[in-house]
Parts: sequence; C-alpha cells; structure tokens
Amino acid sequence: MSDYVQLTYGHVAMAAIFLCLNGAISIALGLGLAKKLAISAVRMAIQLVLVGLILKTLFDISSPWLTLAVALIMGAVAGREVLSRQETPVAGLWGYGIGTGAMVLSGGIVLIFALTLQIDADPWYSPRYALPLFGMILGNAMTGVALGLETLTRAARRERPAIEARLALGATRWEALRPFTRQALATGFMPSINAMAATGVVSLPGMMTGQILAGIAPTEAVKYQLMIMFLIAGSTGMGVLLSVLISTWRLTDTRHRLRLDRLTRST
Amino acid sequence: MPAPSGRADAAAEAQRPPRLSVRGLKTHTATVERLDVAAGEIVALTGPSGSGKSLILRAIADLDPAPGTVLLDGTDRNAMPAPDWRRKVGYLAAETGWWAERVGAHFADRAATAPLVARLGFDDGVWDWEIARLSTGEKQRLGFARLLAGAPQVLLLDEPTGALDPEATTSVEALIEERLADGVAIILVTHDADQAARLARRHVTIQGGRVADAGGTP
Repeated sequence: MSDYVQLTYGHVAMAAIFLCLNGAISIALGLGLAKKLAISAVRMAIQLVLVGLILKTLFDISSPWLTLAVALIMGAVAGREVLSRQETPVAGLWGYGIGTGAMVLSGGIVLIFALTLQIDADPWYSPRYALPLFGMILGNAMTGVALGLETLTRAARRERPAIEARLALGATRWEALRPFTRQALATGFMPSINAMAATGVVSLPGMMTGQILAGIAPTEAVKYQLMIMFLIAGSTGMGVLLSVLISTWRLTDTRHRLRLDRLTRST
Repeated sequence: MPAPSGRADAAAEAQRPPRLSVRGLKTHTATVERLDVAAGEIVALTGPSGSGKSLILRAIADLDPAPGTVLLDGTDRNAMPAPDWRRKVGYLAAETGWWAERVGAHFADRAATAPLVARLGFDDGVWDWEIARLSTGEKQRLGFARLLAGAPQVLLLDEPTGALDPEATTSVEALIEERLADGVAIILVTHDADQAARLARRHVTIQGGRVADAGGTP
C-alpha cells in the first residue's frame, strides 16, 4: 500500500466542481434538475460520511453481535427496497418476508462460506470483511430478487386465464405456473449474467477500480473481483430461486387454486 | 302410476347418489342451497348479469375457495386431490385460456382429439395455428374440444357458444347431447334463452343471491 494517495477533504470538494457546472447548465437551460442534483449530492455526501464513521467504529469494536445486528439491518433495508420495486407484491408480512428471507439466507450462506474458507479473516466474523462483502452480495441479490418477483406477480395477474385454464384441465399448481416461474427465474438471473459478460470489457467494476487506485496490483485486484463476482452470482441465483419458488407456493394453495387475492391490490 | 317393473328401476335409481350434488356452496355473491344433477341430465343455470353464475361454476370446479359440500357420485371433492377433481368435473370458462404459442401444444393426445376437432370445423392443419391469430369463436370451439378430450364426468359450461355462429352452435349442441347420452351431468350457463330451452329440461335461477332447487323435473 506504499503508493496509496491520501485524499484530503479539499480534494474531494474539488471533484464536486463539475457537478456544480452541471447544476449551472441545468439552471441556464431551465431543466429543473439543479435542486434534485443538489439534494441528492448532499444526501450522498452525508450518507457516505456517516457510513464511514459507523464502519470505522464497528471495525474498532469488532463485536460479532454488533456485526450480526448491522448485517440484519442491511438485510431489512434491502427487503424494503425489493418490496417497493414490485407493483403488486404478495400481501401482508409474506410480501416482505419472502424477499428479505431469501436474500438474507442465501447471502448469509455465501458470506459465511467466503469468510471462513476463502478470505480466512481473523476472527472470521471480522466486520472489516463481513460487512462490505455482505453489502455487495445483498445489493446484487436485491436487484435479481426484485426483478424475479415482479415478473412472477405480473405474469400471474396478466396470465390468469391461461393459468386457470390449465388448472381447470387438471394441472397441478406447479405445472400451471411453470412457464411463468421459469420466466421469473430467467429475468431474475439476467442482471448477474449480463454483469459477468460485460465486466472488464465495458467497465471496470467499482471494487476493482478502488483497489487499483489504492495501490493494489491489477492482477491481485482481478482475483478479488472474480471471487466477488462468483459469490454475487451464486447468492443472487439462490436468492432468486428461493424467493420465486416460495412466492409461487404462496400464490397458490393446497387445492391447487390460483390465489391472486393474496396479492396487494394495485392502486 | 309406473308399471311394477319400472318401480324396481326407480327404486334402484333413488338409491344411487346423483352424479353431481351441491349443498350449501357459498360464493361471494350467491349461495347454492341445494342442487343435484343426475347422470345424463343437463341443468340450465340462469340469472341476471352479475348474479354470480360464473362464480358458482368456478366454485364447483374448486377454482375459488368456497365453503360448502360438493359430491361427485357421492364422493366428496375434498377426498381427492384438486387436479383429480377438476379432471372429472370439467369447467369451461367463458374466456378460454392459452399458455403455449400454437394450438397443438394445448392438446395432450392429438390423434384422439382429431375427430372431435374435425366435428367442430377444423382440419388437421389446426395444430400448427398460432393462438394469437385465432378468433374468439375459434378459441371457444378449440377450448371446448380441449375440455371434452379429457372425458370429464361433469361439464360446467359457461357460455359455450357465446361467440359462435348458428352452424358452429349446432355442432357444439350436438356434442353436448352426445355427452348426455354417455351419462355426463352438465350445468349450462347461457344468455341464449332458446338454447337453454332446446337443451335443458330443468332450469335453475339465482334469485336474491340464492339458488334453491327442489331436485325434481318440472
């Protein structure tokens, strides 16, 4: 880390000059974006500075319970985000629980696997490794799970005649919903597949860029990035699979009926 | 007064449970207190628009949760898995549903269904037709053929000829008559009073959210 360039807050503020320029252009052209730009930039700055302080404190304390609590809070927030990205999610606690549970479970399994077998952190729950990794895993799982669930619930509403025609002819709930379950899974997997295909050619991933800027050799940064991508794709896949299957189960009942009444009503 | 030999038959008939028997079935809009349909019998279910005729058919097919008892030849529907029940008690929705791109994919056994499809006015090329290009009437006839292909013992028909021309309607009605001769029990929902009169001797009406049927033939 010898060639790591320490940034001062003055350097950081300088980088905002171009953002201010954007704001000026917006005002000049009457785009009405200046206020939004300013608010989101300030919000980002406050959020990140706070997160930096919180993470520093957490790293210093390095308590397993505190780490677990923060990880759970991250999961809960990601769950809210998944819920808000669906037009008509499954109603009640199920709607929140399915996405959140699937992400926390699949993300947790992958995280513990990585911490104990690959990164070999000491102690294994060290928040310095656990929390950033979990954040990356959750962030990607969130996108996949939200897409998968939105595709499934949308298809269930739109394709109700087709699904009920199959049920009426004696299909089981799994048979009747299979085309739509598959579609939901494929859609949920798509961002991971696209990200893997484009990574390194179209863009350098943020984490890898950060490591290179911080002085790590690119070949070493690539190894980390590859590991992260595999973990992310793996946990997103599991999360999407779990959440879509549980939702399919919840959208039907033991008498193999389609239960659209278990979706929140569209507004 | 029936002849003595006829009386023995009638006694045996009375012992046998009706093919379809509905007791206290509650949907969101109506309650069926009592409705029996014998093997080979067709009952026309009538009532104003929005009175819940379709919902009653759906509830009998167990497609919506509905408290109440429904028996097939004396066997409660809850005694068998729902898919088995629906294979025996076949429901034809007014709006037919399709899940694959082409017609053929919706039929499990094309060879066995071909004669049926031919009688409804389609040739062998129909299997390759795209669902998206079918007319409403074509969908309705193919949906009817698809239902009959599974040989259900009860048919719940919701406006089976609503989108058909007179010629196609005649073909569908002929197939209905044949199923009756085979002992299938049928409940028919139709807006066409002439059709109800042609096919069904017994008419049951939803009144004030209730369906009550004495069980006899007028």
